[in-house]
Amino acid sequence: MIDIIATFVKQAIIQGVPLLYGSTGEIITEKSGNLNLGIPGIMYIGGISSVIGAYFYESSGVELNPVLCVLIPLFCAFFGSMLMALIYSFLTITLRANQNVTGLALTTFGVGVGNFFGGSLSSLFGEGGSISLIRTGECFKATLPFADKLGLFGKTFLSFGFLAYLSIIIALVASWVLNHTRVGLNLRAVGENPATADAAGINVTRYKYLATCIGGGIAGLGGLYFIMDYIGGAWTNGGFGDRGWLAIALVIFALWKPKHSILGSILFGGLYIVYLYIPGLSRSSQEIFKMLPYVVTIVVLVIMSIRKRHENQPPASLGLSYFREER
Amino acid sequence: MAEKPVAIELKNITKHFGSVVANHQVCLKVHEGEILSILGENGSGKTTLMNMIAGIYYPDEGQIFVKGEEVSIRSPKDAFDLKIGMIHQHFKPVDVLSAAENIVLGLKEKGRYDLGRVTEEVRRISAKYNFEIDPTKKVYEMSVSEKQTIEIIKVLYRGAEVLILDEPTAVLTPQETQKLFAILRNMRDDGKAIIIITHKLNEVLSLADRVAVLRKGEYVDTIETAGANEAILAEMMVGKKVALNIARSEPKNTQDRLTVHSINCINREGVKVLNDISFTARAGEILGIAGIAGSGQRELLETIAGLQYINSGEIVYHDPKTGKDEDLCHKTPMQIRELGVRLSFVPEDRLGMGLVGNMDIVDNMMLRSYQKGHSMFLKRKDPRTLAQSIIEQLEVVTPSAATPVRRLSGGNVQKVLVGREIAASPTVIMAAYPARGLDINSSYTIYNLLSQQKENGVAVIFVGEDLDVLIELCDRILVLNSGRITGIVDARHVTKEEIGLLMTKTEESAANE
Amino acid sequence: MSKEKKQHHEQLVRISKRDQMVFWKSWLVRLAAIVLALILCAFVIVLITGYNPLEVYSSMWSGTFGSARKVWLTLQKTAMLLCISLAVTPAYKMRFWNIGAEGQVLIGCLATAACMIYFGESMPPALLFPVMFLASVAAGAIWAMIPAVFRAKWGTNETLFTLMMNYVAMQLVSYFITFWENPAGSNSVGIINSMSKGGWLPELFGQKYLLNILIVAVLTVLMFIYLKYSKQGYELTVVGESENTARYIGINIKKVIIRTLLISGAICGIAGFMLVAGTDHTISTNTVGGMGFTAIMVSWLAKFNPIVMTLASFLLTFLSRGAGEIATALRLNQSVSDILTGIILFFIIGCEFFINYKVTFHFRARSHKKEVRE
Repeated sequence: MIDIIATFVKQAIIQGVPLLYGSTGEIITEKSGNLNLGIPGIMYIGGISSVIGAYFYESSGVELNPVLCVLIPLFCAFFGSMLMALIYSFLTITLRANQNVTGLALTTFGVGVGNFFGGSLSSLFGEGGSISLIRTGECFKATLPFADKLGLFGKTFLSFGFLAYLSIIIALVASWVLNHTRVGLNLRAVGENPATADAAGINVTRYKYLATCIGGGIAGLGGLYFIMDYIGGAWTNGGFGDRGWLAIALVIFALWKPKHSILGSILFGGLYIVYLYIPGLSRSSQEIFKMLPYVVTIVVLVIMSIRKRHENQPPASLGLSYFREER
Repeated sequence: MAEKPVAIELKNITKHFGSVVANHQVCLKVHEGEILSILGENGSGKTTLMNMIAGIYYPDEGQIFVKGEEVSIRSPKDAFDLKIGMIHQHFKPVDVLSAAENIVLGLKEKGRYDLGRVTEEVRRISAKYNFEIDPTKKVYEMSVSEKQTIEIIKVLYRGAEVLILDEPTAVLTPQETQKLFAILRNMRDDGKAIIIITHKLNEVLSLADRVAVLRKGEYVDTIETAGANEAILAEMMVGKKVALNIARSEPKNTQDRLTVHSINCINREGVKVLNDISFTARAGEILGIAGIAGSGQRELLETIAGLQYINSGEIVYHDPKTGKDEDLCHKTPMQIRELGVRLSFVPEDRLGMGLVGNMDIVDNMMLRSYQKGHSMFLKRKDPRTLAQSIIEQLEVVTPSAATPVRRLSGGNVQKVLVGREIAASPTVIMAAYPARGLDINSSYTIYNLLSQQKENGVAVIFVGEDLDVLIELCDRILVLNSGRITGIVDARHVTKEEIGLLMTKTEESAANE
Repeated sequence: MSKEKKQHHEQLVRISKRDQMVFWKSWLVRLAAIVLALILCAFVIVLITGYNPLEVYSSMWSGTFGSARKVWLTLQKTAMLLCISLAVTPAYKMRFWNIGAEGQVLIGCLATAACMIYFGESMPPALLFPVMFLASVAAGAIWAMIPAVFRAKWGTNETLFTLMMNYVAMQLVSYFITFWENPAGSNSVGIINSMSKGGWLPELFGQKYLLNILIVAVLTVLMFIYLKYSKQGYELTVVGESENTARYIGINIKKVIIRTLLISGAICGIAGFMLVAGTDHTISTNTVGGMGFTAIMVSWLAKFNPIVMTLASFLLTFLSRGAGEIATALRLNQSVSDILTGIILFFIIGCEFFINYKVTFHFRARSHKKEVRE
């Protein structure tokens, strides 16, 4: 019994990691007042960028260095996603386009790019067939060598690839930066009331750009984790599913607090797979369980709006573009 | 007394906004350890002048000296660097942050960010000048006066030696005002230069060392408050009477149309914006409402129109057709209309409330009348005719009736709005600042339209800011002062100074008389 | 010293709101954006495939219009996209950011499919079709009304709420698929009533899609009239433009929000009805296939004008069908169409800025000012 629970917790964490990356990235973005609905697309791009990087490295013929095996996809994923967020930033901040429409277009584009290259990378540049980057996947999946020897605790909490731990570290750092640094204070002010922030001498445009781009980069790591660690270095079209939207739901569930989203991601991840662990559950109930994260998020959203506690509201200027009134 | 060193000096400052002259050749001096008051009516250019010191605007002409050296102040940051800080009238701290967080917002201090240290520093400043504030309290839990305190400490925290306060007492209760004044005196004794914008005469006299008066953008004079009294200041502020030649007829067949009986209204912040208001508007008469901006004019009109919640009181409409009395309290605009009350309202915010900027003139004509009839569809025929006739009769300059009103100039927008409200053949018409921002010709068009309505037996309520206009246009003038009526006077036998005094004196000085 | 500082602060680029661009000019800007986007797409195509982009574009054209069947398919897809765009438009005009059309349509599909499965072979068509239609309309309307009520009463953020409702709807469909799956274990519903064709919309003049297309054409005209000539359309425009004005003239804002979303959802329901009864005759979570999101862009790009929406939805359908066609021809993957659509959307979204704002460069003004000061 305890073994089953331990496996369940472990699987829940595994499912939760991409969501945690996505939601941390989106929280940072939303704190600047940008509602980036392109996150699902960005996470696809994160995944495919890492695949492309790893593919060229693995097929370059040089002897593979495990450190580079990790670093190349990591940087590709981060910067590929950041580039996507940059497109979004340019359109919404500089060109003041509608955030919803831009985000949705970004998702269309990102999912398209992901599935296109994922499906045809090897037929374009290699001998065809589906891509399998087992070596890179192994590097990402590498765990602490002694984890298995530490009994149940080790098996449950110490047996992940490094990206799982990194996601928690990033969430904690993001939480710390938002609440305990000058940059975080200024960023929160930008998302709440850009006019006041502007009057206080904060460069609103720069903050919005940086938050959106860094947030996008972090979200992209979720795609990286999914492809390299969870799948183990293979691409299946549409395999990432609707995890990007789930990450946006998690942002609301976590009330825009990265710390909360750590536990939230495990909860959401758990709901995703819980049907496997409850004996005698039919396939139909499994779908109901998958529905729960969204229903719970709606309930949270509604309760928040009824209770109107100031700390739990979305950033006040979320979704609006800012420009200084000129006389 | 020994002359104190000069903190800031302005020489011949001029600022235009388009064709409007906001400041013309203004000279001003403020010393260290002194409180200087800037006095003037609405629109006299006080705020614009101060904004140029604070780096919001840049003067077209003239020089600014800080401690004897000529400076160029391009941004609020430049002003901070020169140790100048301004507390604006409509400050908006970030709600979800604490007081201390708001105070350090945007500051590029060296060293680690330590909210604890900031809190200590805020406490130190508070203790020094006697502020009462909890630095860890969130802004959304604060009263307006606490929020203002944040703004003042924010400026002090940045090391300001010169503080500019734009109408700081407008949002405060008398007790809070007294507290603020005590603090300002502390700061003066500490050697800071303080400039306070106001139009309340007794505040000037009780607080300031010297007072500089502006009128219509021009500098009038600076005098010591020690030798001044309210009458002298009021005259300096309003100036000599200007003849306008507005055609005013004697009221005929006046009868009571709208009776307002002891209305009280408390706004969201818990401030009593209307306090025991009672008056009667008569048909065939223009009732003027005078008062400093924000004395409750907007709230008063909106309560009558059914847009504001009333805490207590009565609004009774005397129907000329049936002779019946209708109670208008707690009714929506739609319900008021269904009662057969023909109430027209020209609100202050023309494009934000009275009209829809992105719709064309025809569609804006329909705003009031589109619901008529049982058809599911709109009838644009009548509105189109109405639009055409308004364009022709009021000489609205527009490419066509299909032009979005947003693209018209201010005067033409107002003609469209007033034209529509009058076309509804009202029995009561309320107009808030209908001539604001308009050129002379358009203003006279509006005044004449209102006078005509009066002659047609309509009860006209006119909220104005220019006292000359109020005196020449209206039959009676009701003066509002902080949500109270301080007098209802006969416009034909009143002087500007008398109205000025009613507008500006506070409860204490009223009690003394 | 001070002069240097002044120059430093002088803005080089100044952005100001335009009054309004002349009609033809604004369309010229949009056209230019599309052309630029197509050029960029051509580069992308060359980069990926090495083919001549002109050939690629021409094969896109023939892929979309190459045969009568292809033309009908294109028209059908355009009609469906247009229908959903029409549905979201009243809400958008009211500034209610309903991004839940995907779910609202899907729930309409679900209602239709349920009727077909449970009554399709027992009810006479004269009764069956009205029941199917009403069920899907009601389902879509309810799905849209839920977030509207919360928004009207408590100001709940409608963007996030409607977004979440999409996935609730998808899971609901997945749930029912497990009951309806055919053959067992396939995890799909299969063609419903494939023998009896119970609940299948009839073919008109031998054309399977004609009825759908006609329904959407009628809806387009109705929506145009509703927005432009009806009192309700007028009210929702006023609410969208300025809630203050709406209050001033006594409009009941809550009522208007809920009513508008009921209409929006009802049309989504109709779209769902047509998708299942008219074309697919089956249901899966992918039945709507992202059209609910694309429709938002169509509506927004067309500035909420139903007639212009016809063009916009045609353009997007053409792109995705055409790109799909070249993907098959060049043995690439179908997703290339999403990439091209994305690029073109970016350009169209971006070009609105140049329609709404004026960008002026201030080199001359600066030197001029300096002279004046000296």
